Formats: sequence, C-alpha cells, structure tokens
Amino acid sequence: MSGQTNIALKTESTRKFKDKFAKYGVMTGGILVLCALLLIFFYLLYVVKPVFDSAHVDSREATSTLDKAYFATGIEEQTEISYAITPNATVDFFNAEDGMSGQQIASIATEVPGEITAYSQSAPHKGLFGFMNDDARLTIIKPFFKIDFKNNTRSLTPRVQLPFGEEPLPELLDEEGYTVEKFVFAEEEGVLGILYQLQNGAVRYARLEGEENMFTEEIEWIVEQSELDFVDGKVERLLISPDASRIFILTKNEIYVANSRVGSEVELLYTKNISRPNQQITTAKLLASANSLMLGYTDGKITQWFEVNGKAGRDFVQVRDFTMDVEGSDKAVAEIYPEFYRRTFIATTSSGEVNFFHTTSEADLWQGKLPTDNITDISFSPRSNAFVVLSANQLDVLNVENEHPEVTWSGLWQEVWYEGYAEPDYVWQSSSASDDFESKFSLVPISFGTLKAAMYAMLFAVPIGLAAAIYTAYFMAPSVRKIVKPTVEIMEALPTVILGFLAGLWLAPLIEEKLPGVILLILLLPVAIFLTAFAWHNIPQKIRNRMPVGWDSILLIPIVAFVGYFSFEMSPLVEEWLFDGNTRLYITNELGITFDQRNSLIVGIAMGFAVIPTIFSIAEDAVFSVPKTLSSGSLALGATQWQTLIKVVLLTASPGIFSAVMMGLGRAVGETMIVLMATGNTPIMDWSIFQGMRTLSANIAVEMPESEVGSSHYRILFLAAFVLFIFTFVFNTIAEFVRQRLREKYSSL
Amino acid sequence: MKLWFKSGAPWVWMTAGAVSISLLSVIGLLLLIASRGLSFFWPSDIHQFEIANSSGETSVIIGEVYESEQVPTQRLITSGIEFDKEQGEFVERYLIKTGNREYVELDFQWVLGPEIVKETRPSGIAVFERSKNGNFYGFVDSVIVDGKTIRENKEDALFAAIDRAVDLNDQALDLQNDEIGAINYQLEKLRLKERKLELEDELTDAALRDLENQRQALRDEYKVYEKELFAFRDEARRDSVIVKDMRGELVTLPIFYVLDVSFPNDMNFFEKVIQYGKQLGKFVSDDPREANTEGGVFPAIFGTVFMVLLMAVIVTPFGVVAAIYLHEYAGNNAVTKVIRISVINLAGVPSIVYGVFGLGFFVYMLGGSLDQLFYPEALPGPTFGTPGVIWSALTLAILTLPVVIVSTEEGLSRIPGSLRQGSLALGATKAETIWRIIIPMASPAIMTGLILAVARAAGEVAPLMLVGVVKMAPTLPIDGNFPYVHLDRKFMHLGFHIYDVGFQSPNVEAARPLVYATSFLLVTVIITLNITAIGIRNHLREKYKSLEH
Repeated sequence: MSGQTNIALKTESTRKFKDKFAKYGVMTGGILVLCALLLIFFYLLYVVKPVFDSAHVDSREATSTLDKAYFATGIEEQTEISYAITPNATVDFFNAEDGMSGQQIASIATEVPGEITAYSQSAPHKGLFGFMNDDARLTIIKPFFKIDFKNNTRSLTPRVQLPFGEEPLPELLDEEGYTVEKFVFAEEEGVLGILYQLQNGAVRYARLEGEENMFTEEIEWIVEQSELDFVDGKVERLLISPDASRIFILTKNEIYVANSRVGSEVELLYTKNISRPNQQITTAKLLASANSLMLGYTDGKITQWFEVNGKAGRDFVQVRDFTMDVEGSDKAVAEIYPEFYRRTFIATTSSGEVNFFHTTSEADLWQGKLPTDNITDISFSPRSNAFVVLSANQLDVLNVENEHPEVTWSGLWQEVWYEGYAEPDYVWQSSSASDDFESKFSLVPISFGTLKAAMYAMLFAVPIGLAAAIYTAYFMAPSVRKIVKPTVEIMEALPTVILGFLAGLWLAPLIEEKLPGVILLILLLPVAIFLTAFAWHNIPQKIRNRMPVGWDSILLIPIVAFVGYFSFEMSPLVEEWLFDGNTRLYITNELGITFDQRNSLIVGIAMGFAVIPTIFSIAEDAVFSVPKTLSSGSLALGATQWQTLIKVVLLTASPGIFSAVMMGLGRAVGETMIVLMATGNTPIMDWSIFQGMRTLSANIAVEMPESEVGSSHYRILFLAAFVLFIFTFVFNTIAEFVRQRLREKYSSL
Repeated sequence: MKLWFKSGAPWVWMTAGAVSISLLSVIGLLLLIASRGLSFFWPSDIHQFEIANSSGETSVIIGEVYESEQVPTQRLITSGIEFDKEQGEFVERYLIKTGNREYVELDFQWVLGPEIVKETRPSGIAVFERSKNGNFYGFVDSVIVDGKTIRENKEDALFAAIDRAVDLNDQALDLQNDEIGAINYQLEKLRLKERKLELEDELTDAALRDLENQRQALRDEYKVYEKELFAFRDEARRDSVIVKDMRGELVTLPIFYVLDVSFPNDMNFFEKVIQYGKQLGKFVSDDPREANTEGGVFPAIFGTVFMVLLMAVIVTPFGVVAAIYLHEYAGNNAVTKVIRISVINLAGVPSIVYGVFGLGFFVYMLGGSLDQLFYPEALPGPTFGTPGVIWSALTLAILTLPVVIVSTEEGLSRIPGSLRQGSLALGATKAETIWRIIIPMASPAIMTGLILAVARAAGEVAPLMLVGVVKMAPTLPIDGNFPYVHLDRKFMHLGFHIYDVGFQSPNVEAARPLVYATSFLLVTVIITLNITAIGIRNHLREKYKSLEH
C-alpha cells in the first residue's frame, strides 16, 4: 500500500516536472519565432555595417633605417617585402613583416650606361621605373617577386627585371648637346609613350613601338617623335596616362591636355586655366585608370578634373574638390598618392599630416599624422591593405583597413558625378571586366524601379481587389461566396514564377501585338457593365426574379468574356484606323516614347494579379466582419444598399481596407520573379508605362550569385535586402496594428 | 433612370464586374496553362507543304504546325515581300517546326499562307525523337540491321532496332551512373581521406600503401566496367535507318541516337491517346536532354519533393510549438503582441530577403564553419559552405513558419474551451491536456498548415536561386553511395526549371511547350495541395461548429 503511494507521489512529481518542462519548452519555441525575425534583421545589419565604417591606419613594427638616398618605393602583394629605389637604379629590398624591424634583405643594382640625368616611375599598378641617361636612352626596370612552393611553404625571392630587354631603348634625340631634364613614361601592349622635356625647355613626345625581329629575335623599335610647341610658359609637371593615350602638361597657370594615341601628331585637346587667386599649384597626379587628374594647392584644396562628353561636346572640366582637414596651420598639399585600382588617394602635407580621400564617394576616410615628415614617396600595396612611406632616412610600413571607401550613405542616395559622365546622375552599374572600373552604386534607380513596379501593380490591383472584396462581402449570395473565396485563395497560391513566365512569354508579345485591344478593353468594359446593369434594370420583373439576389457577378462573366474577346478581335481594325496599322511604330515615331516589349504595363497586370488576392482576402474579411446591426439600422432608416455601403459599412471597415492595401503594397514591393521575368531589368528612371525597370529584389536575384563574398557589391546587395526588409516591415506592422485595433473595436460593438 | 443612378445600383454592378474579372482571369489562366501544357504531348499531324515564294522558287517543307497568326498585308509589303495576287487585309502566317536541326539553318520556319501551293498529310511520315539535335521528320526508306538493308516490313524492323538500341543505351547509362559513379565517388573519398591524414600528420607509409592498394583495386574494377560500357555502346551503334527528308535527300540516321519513332499521320484516335500517355509518362520519368529544352523533368520533380519534405520535417515542430505557445500559454501581454507582429512580418518579408539571409547566414556562415570543423580535408573546396538542398530547406522552413503557425493556431482556437476545462478538472496537467487532448484534435489543422506550407515552398523560386537550386544537377540528393542521403548537394526544382528553360535557354521557341507542360505540372500539384488543405479546414470548421452546440 505504502509502495503504491510512493509510486503515485513519484509520478506526481515527474508529472509536475514534465508539465513545467513542457511549459518552458513551448515558451522557448514561441520566442524562437521572435528570434528568427530579430536574427534576420541583425544579420543583415551585421553584413551591411562594414560598408559605412571609415578607414583605419595603424603602423607596423617594420621601420627600416636608411643610409642612402632613394626616390621611390613599393611593396609586394602579400606586404611581406618592401623596396626602395635609388636614383642610380639600385633596388634595395627590406623585410616588411610585422616585428621584423625592417632589415634589408637584398640589394640589386642594374647597369645603366652613361650618366643618369633623370628618373621617373610609371603608374603604380604597372610597377615600372625608368632611368634616362645623357644619351637620352631610357632603361626601364621592374622589381618583382618570384614565388616558390617548396615543402609546402611559400617563399618569396626579390628580383629585378628589365621588361624591354637588357639594352636601353634607342636614343630619343638626334641632335647632340641637350640632355633630358624630366620625363614620364607609360607602356601598354608593347607601345611605350615617353613625354620628356629637354634642358632648353622644349617638350617632346616619343612613341616607341617594339617589334621582334624574326631572325635575330631582338626587339626593333620604331620611334615616332613630335615636338609639342603649344606649351606656353615654364613647364611644372608632365603626366601621362598609363595607356599612353593622354598627356597632361602643367605650367604655372595652365593645363594642356593632348591626345597622344597617334605618336607622330600629338593633338592638343584642351587648354584650361587652373590658377586660383593667391594660390599656387603644388602637385598634380592621375588617379587609378587615369581618367581623373587631381591638382593640389597651397591652401589645402585638391581639385578633380576629367573629360566629360556633355551636350556641348567633349570638355575637360573641374568636377569636385576636397579640402585638407589636418591639424596645424600648414595645410598646403605636398603630394598626392593614388591607390592601384580604386579611386582612393592619400594627400600629404610637408609636416607629415595626411588625409585619405575617395573621389566617387567624396569621402574623407582618414586623417592623421605619419611617423615621419619630409616624405619622398608613398606607395600602396596592390591589395590596398598597406602602404609604405619613404622619407629621408627611414622606410615605414603602415596597415590600412579600408574595405569599402566607395560607399557612403550620401553616395547611395544622391546624384554622383562619375568619371566620363556629362553631369551628376543616379547610376547603378555594379561591375565590369576591368580592375580599375569605377563602381556605380546608386540605390536610387533600383528603388525607383521597385516603387514604379509596385505603383503600376497597385493601380491595377487596388480597384479590382477592393471592389471585388466589397461585392463578395456585402452583396454576394452566400452560396456563390462559398465558391468565390476559395477560388481567390487559389489565385494567391499560384507560384509567381508561373505568373512571371506567362507575363514574359505570353502576355508581353500578346499585348505588344494587341495593344489597341487592351486600350479598347479598358474603355469598353465599364461601359458594357453599365449597359448590362441598365438593361437588367429595365427587363420585366418576372425574369429578374428568376435570378437569386447576389448572382450578378456570375451573370457578368459571359459579358466580360465577350467584351474581352471582342476587344482583342477588333484590335487590328482599331490599329489600322487609329495607329496607321502598327501601334508600336506609332508610339515610337509619332509619340516619341520608347516602347519595350516587357514594360510596366505587363508588370502591372501580372503583379497586380498576384496582389489582388492579398488585398481581396483582407478587405473582404474587414467588410464582412462589420456588425450586421449597423447596416440593418441604416437600411431601416431608408438608405439604399449602396448608400449604406458607402456611408456606414465602408467607413467602419476603412482601417481594415487600409491594412489590406498596405499588405498588398508590401507584397508588390518585395515580389521578385514576376519583375525578373516580365521586365527587361534595365535600371532606368522613367515613369513611362511602356518602359521597364529594375527593382531591388530582381537586382538581388540577378547579381547576388555573381558577387564576391565580402566585397562592397555583396554588402550593398545585402543593404538592398535590408531596405526591402524595412519597407515591408513598416507596411506590415502598420497594417497589423490597424487590424488589431479594429478587432478590438468590433469586439466592443 | 436618374433615380436608378442615384440608388447606386450601377456601382453595385461595377463591383460585381470586378469579381467577374477576377474569376475570369483565374479560370482563364488555369485553362491557358492546362491547354498549352497538355496539348504538347498530343501527337499532332505532320504536314507537307509545297511552297512557291515570290521569286518563283519552289520547295517542300515537312513539319508540325506550331502556331498561326494574322499579319496585316501592308506590314508584309513594307518589309519587302511581294505577292502575285491581290491579298485581303490580313495574311495567315504559320510557324512550322521542321526539326532536322543538323541539315537546316533553323528548325522553326515561318510560312505565309499565300505561298503554300499544296498542303498534304501524307501517310508514312516518321517522327524520330533523338537524344541529339532534336526531332527528325521524314519518310523511312530502309533500315540497316547488322549490315543488311531491309526494305520489307521496315517498320517492324525499325521498331525492333530502336527497342534494342534504347535498351542497350539504358544499360550503358545504368552502368555509368551506378557502378562507375560509385567508383568515382569512392576515389574521391580516398583522396579526401589521404588529405585528412596528411592534415593530421598521420600519413605514414603504411597508410599511403593501403590507400594506393585500395585505389588500384578501384581502378582495376573501373577498367572492367569501362570495357563493358564500351561494349554496350558499340553494340548500340550497330544499326541505322535511312530516311528521305524534306529536301528529298536520303539521310542516314544512326539508331544509337534515336529514342523513339512514331507515324502520327497513320495513327487513329485510339493510338494517338496511347502515344499521348506514353509521352506524358516519359515527361515525368525521364531526365532532361539538350540543355533542358527536351526530355523529361524527373530530377526537378525529385528535387522539389525532396527539398519540400526536408523542409516540412524542419518546420512542423517549430511551427506547432510556436502556435501552442501563442494560443495556450502566452498571456495577453506586450511580448505576445510583439511575437504576433513578428509572425505577421515573417509572413510579409519578401522571399528574396530570405534568400539573401540564407545565403549569408546558412551557407557562408554556418556552412563555412561546418566545413572548417568537419571537412578540413576538402578545403578550399566547400562541402556545406556552398548552396545546397539542406540550406534551401532551412531557408524555406523560416519562410513557411508563419503559414504553419497561423493555421495551427486557427485550429487550436476552434477547439472548444470546455474540452480543456474538462481535462484539467479530471486532474490532468496542462502539458497532458495539450498532448493528449488538444494536439490530437488539432492535428487536421496542423496537417492543413503543413500542406499549405508545402504548397508555398513548392512554388517559391527567388530564394532558392541563391541557396541551392541549379539548372542541371549531375546527381540526385539520394543515391546508392554511402551515406545515401547527400544534404550538401545542389538540386533541381520545377519552379526554377520554368524560369531557366523559359528565359535562359538558347532556343526559347523550342522549349516553350515544355515550359507550359512543367508549369501545368507545378500548378496541378500546388492547386491540389491547396484544395486539400481548404477541404480539411472546412471539414474541421463544420465539425467544431457541431461540437460547440
């Protein structure tokens, strides 16, 4: 007996435990739903956030003490070895790893015949250094690193290469007595462009094309020379674009831009006054890809210039400017150092203060002081994650964390003047084949596309969805309603990929061909319904009584079907009669509107079709749950059905109807497959109904699989998803809030 | 009239019209998909057109009439086409599928009505369905069986030869997929094992020798199978058929590539129905061919079903528990309100956002960590750190979670409170009441939610494009190699198949009927699921209504 009680007690406690356990288990399960939503929110935010981080710079314990004079520096891709180059073509290599205190590891000298009169370096990503001797013969060297994999460990061996052969290039001068004072050079696909100035001030351009001799296997150079006699005044600086297609000559007040694609005749394109009152130009540099010229001034202003193709023809214009933001009174720009591929550059002052800027995003990324002043040269690593600073007696390596300089909040949502564009614009163009492509991340065109698509869809869906909901809830016979409601629910369940496919491959060509029919249908349908109603009103009561109340919509089905059929059959005739037999041509030629086959009209209809059920079912619920006492009261007081509906029922149900529209809008904004398939997906900004769009969602679907994980592009696509999330979150929350309020109100009635 | 207008009756009719428009468009859409999708398998007659164009050249075109349309005569004249006779305002234009892709420039050809001199449906035109280059149309001239030319009873000989070749090809394919596939799979496993040992610094000479031995054994086995495979293929290459095509030339078709032959012009209605059934069967059971534009959709059906079931297994417990919490445990407080709003929001978040989240969180973060922990030997090649069926199922599970919650909760709310009180009054704990009374009663509602979730997941494409679907998966997620279920594999999906074939395929015109057929299949499945769910729900409502009184 006592044993049984024991068991009973024991089971009692286990039961209690189980009950508690179930309670907390279920609670966790419930809260997990909330967690899922929060997880999505915070994960998206977590991926997006680094895009808006500013740059970080910290120094590395890898300072090399120098005992020679160098003019240029560089660092290899893994940022393990840095180098510095002396004016007599010796390259010294230093260990740049953290904590290795920058020991010298190699020194490689290159034999340059004669005396070196000038030296220069190419664009950073080419990594070439040139030395001109007193015979005006150029020797070009390239430091590089040989990678070996031995015993599964990677080792780097520094080397120096002579990419154009052991022999210096041919003499540039035919007359004796002058030497080259300064020069710049660029190489692209075997063609070398050298812009140089002689002691006597003359500026000349030489174009060297190398051709390999079939027999001797030696490179023979074809040299074309031209004298640039348009330069007026003392030449301050010479610049050449890395593909040797443009040369820039800077004097005290003017910049000359010339086309050097054809070597024998350099064509002066633009002469621009660049002087500013009371200010001197201190420096000029070309940015990566060399479309942009940066000019620095003594007051710390930096201006950006590039060629644009405006309405008045091509021009070289100042596009934007930056101001040095450094401590101390000396703000004069000492020098500008660009990155390899991106539009980020460093501007320095003579006291070692620096600013990091990015041109496209107009961002001031970082501001600080370098370990030394009197900087000779700064060079970025190819991956832009470090840079070396060369000064009179030391070489420092600094780490940079600057993943996404091209993205700023204002750049995403405001007009940006991109290189080569005639004016600031909203552009989405995320990728291209070349490394030094200026990415154009404006969310405006695709957000615009999203709103445009949603608007056309709502234009189609709201009237039909709401009208149908009102009729179904208020007038329709219950027996019919029993069939209509599930039918519409099935409409909601139709996969959007099928709607999109039909819209793109069936509806789009159909509407293109039968556009007059569509217009006719829109005009005829209300008229036909109206006429039917009038006819029905006027037929004898006897026949009318045969049809039960609330079957009007069934009666209308054949009429709507007939009108649809009639309109499409009449379409060619209307086309002949009104649009000269070809509507498409008429629209493009006579009205001057671009006509895409997959346009907003198609999207509006297809997406409207997807949104109707959402609007219908919520609005129908709202109207149906208006207490019958209200409408009965109104009818008893002598109001007609319609008056009761408008003045009483709809007014009471209006919050529910509002929430239906909001839910519909939320669905239209996020819909992917229909817009992906039913539009051309071009990111244009135009309200025209005959043109397509690119929406946020379609853009994600198209570009996400191709974007590199962790890149700016990847993060911006996450941002697009986040924007969508917030859009729909706001719509849905408002709608749900309104609905909950409404429910409480009804329950009190 | 004025009074009638004032009463608002016309506006009532207008709203009624909106209902008619909605109903008509749903029904019309379904009919359109059904008619286009189903007519694709019907063996249509093969026409022979004799054509004389405006410059007097005559030619013969054999093919199926694919489409016809009315074109304004004026437009044709402006585009440079001349007519001998006066034409009406419109000219009929036909799109003919001529097949024979390797001998003509385009396998689809437009023909204008007035150009047709004569149209016949001659008996004896054969339609060859081939595994390469699409259909072939022509008259069978003779069959070469084992080097002998057969002209008598050539149809029977042809059928026999095709059956033989198809059989041999099937055997070869089975050998390739099963036996040889298994060997490749094991070789890959050995490579990973070696790499793993190397990473753990346990790659001793003995282990190496052992691996090499195993490898050698597999290679030997492979050679045997390979010989067998080549033997099958050589056997299958034996016969060929000589066909007279529309240019009047005799063309030799190797039966190796022929999958089936039919003579639609000689079929009666009954035979056509049988042929129709055969084609339909092939569509659901065959693998796709020629960049998905021909053949069947079996891997897509399999992938869809597998992914959806996997998702159902994940979503059901979570959805039901959440619904029970909301309805049975949660008080009417702020937390509950917030959870309800999150449910609504989860239902409203665009599906592509789930895709983005799934790709970032599941694939790269979770999958990437799994790879680091458990599959370091395969790195840098990802195992789970790449889109796959498990990630698709998980992503869609979150996406369909609200569907299950809402539906289950509705079921729970319909169970009368008296049942709960009765159970509690008899001394059962709350957990016992829920487990023994409530859940069994709510199970049809849970079922409804599950069916709706499955229907939603089966039709969802946008998130899958990011987290695991591919246009052509070489292997199914289930096969004969241990561990038999491969959750990391990519899969094919009916919805994505529609998008891919309809929009990304090189020959959209040829692929379109197939897309309609696939759409029809998908729509049928989804509508059936939905109607079932609605049916269960309505039945349930009725049942509880009677309980309440």
